[in-house]
Amino acid sequence: MNIMMLLEMAASGCPERVAFVDPEIGASVSYQELFDAAGNMAAILRATNAERFAMLDVSNIGIPIGLFASGWAGIPYVPLNYRLTDPEIESLLERITPAYLVTELERVAGFDGREGVEVSSRSDFVELAREPGEPTDAWSMDPDDTAVLLFTSGTTGAPKAAVLRQKHLVSYILGSVEFMGADEEEAALVCVPPYHIAGIAAVLSSVYSGRRVVQLANFSADKWVQLARDEKITTAFVVPTMLSRIVDELGDATNADMPHLQSLSYGGGKMPLSVIQRAMELFPETDFTNAYGLTETSSTITVLGPDEHRLAAASNDESVRRRLVSVGVPLPGIELEIRDDEGALQPTGERGEIYVRGEQVSGEYEGRGSVVDSDGWFPTRDAGFVDGEGFLFIDGRADDVIVRGGENMSPGEIEDVLLEHPAVSDAAVVGIPSEEWGEAVVAALVISDAVTTAELQAWVKERMRSSRVPERLEFWDELPYNETGKLLRRVVKERLA
Amino acid sequence: MAALSAGQRLKSTVCATEIMVIAAPDEDIELQCGGATMTDGEGNAGGSVDADYAEGTALGKRYVNEDGGLELLCVKPGDGSLSAGGEVLKVKDAKKLPKTD
Repeated sequence: MNIMMLLEMAASGCPERVAFVDPEIGASVSYQELFDAAGNMAAILRATNAERFAMLDVSNIGIPIGLFASGWAGIPYVPLNYRLTDPEIESLLERITPAYLVTELERVAGFDGREGVEVSSRSDFVELAREPGEPTDAWSMDPDDTAVLLFTSGTTGAPKAAVLRQKHLVSYILGSVEFMGADEEEAALVCVPPYHIAGIAAVLSSVYSGRRVVQLANFSADKWVQLARDEKITTAFVVPTMLSRIVDELGDATNADMPHLQSLSYGGGKMPLSVIQRAMELFPETDFTNAYGLTETSSTITVLGPDEHRLAAASNDESVRRRLVSVGVPLPGIELEIRDDEGALQPTGERGEIYVRGEQVSGEYEGRGSVVDSDGWFPTRDAGFVDGEGFLFIDGRADDVIVRGGENMSPGEIEDVLLEHPAVSDAAVVGIPSEEWGEAVVAALVISDAVTTAELQAWVKERMRSSRVPERLEFWDELPYNETGKLLRRVVKERLA
Repeated sequence: MAALSAGQRLKSTVCATEIMVIAAPDEDIELQCGGATMTDGEGNAGGSVDADYAEGTALGKRYVNEDGGLELLCVKPGDGSLSAGGEVLKVKDAKKLPKTD
């Protein structure tokens, strides 16, 4: 198996179709051109001593060329986060040399002459790849070759490098995408950063379905709306923060007026109910899909599909309605279990740690080995529960649980109750060290109307056991999120402790 | 005859067909295309497609045997049909999934 095989098939099925468009510079590449560029670059990579291909750049046409050329040359593709500080980038680079590095022109000089790094600017790289080159031997079909090394945004310590092998990525695509499933006029707007697993999945999925990808390098809501309309975008993926900003950007409009947008999928963090409800009003014809996955699982493992969105939104039954904030059901190739701290299976509706198993699941980190158990189960460290119909609900991280006076409680439940208060627009509940209780429940809130601590405590007390009532509440201008919309609970904890 | 392994790529010796093994049973399997045994070597050896196995293969389609234990992906189409131990493989219906990324 090799991701190159996916591109080979697309290039043979629709050679003339446009594969990637970078509207910023008006450049595009067809499927055949992308295939040829990957081959040319693979020959060049094979002639160097590079053992890794590193990409330190925003979305551009060089991204798919680099990803596929790495697969062809048989070396791991390593996208780096361009938002990191120079010392952080330097320490990651040290871990992957000898490497061939592609980056933006302004950064090139900083790496010139550095030992173990052959550096090329984005424009030189793309130009070089697109010149007629020497033919090179076929790619390896060994399923165990490493396709991608992805540094995960660890909250403590040095970032871990997740190892995704060819078999994981190819299995994910074969299990979730129909070959050439896209019509000629279909176009995907990709605005997630290329160093995120969703960015890699977007490239591979689009290629296998034969879809044109329009790249948006730096997301802003106004640019997204403009580009979606100009390019008649038919499908897009966003993280919750992006959707929230898009909804804000559309303001008081009753309709987003994007009839061409057939599907809009989202994932990467918890979607606020108010945002998805408003989005469904603004895009009445659009199919919404919630996709939950992790870097270590080669992207999506569960899906809440368009029909489930519509059913939930239209239902008067609270247990059906709340599915709008569920992440749906596992993909066909994925098995899922909820386990307690001792590893025992949790009954329906009970919170525990989410375990998954399937061909696309890696669970391996470079230098640390695999955390997958002997039966193939991967502990996600995410917590959640499954309802009676098999829908999965994410409820924070497995280690987010607050233990107050020996009683375990989920911050998510308390946050949901606080968010139901009309004056509360965002909420984070954490446990902080307490001499009396071991941990005390405290909350940071963003409010949109005047409200007192006492009022909010009473609000929680009316709806939950009194042990859940935050003993301290702080009002902040905003809560800290990472760029994909994940609440930085650790930062909240530090500020409240 | 040999056991097939997932990820393995094989070529027809009598037409342009190439496949990748998605899933295979543990036992040895005689995998043929156009009535001739497939190879992981050079491919088209100049023979001709057997008329009983000449329905052709289609790019991107998956082919399965009756019990579903064998599943192949066509990565290059050709004139021959795929068969295993004499059983002609059938096209597996594509399942409709929402677009996720």
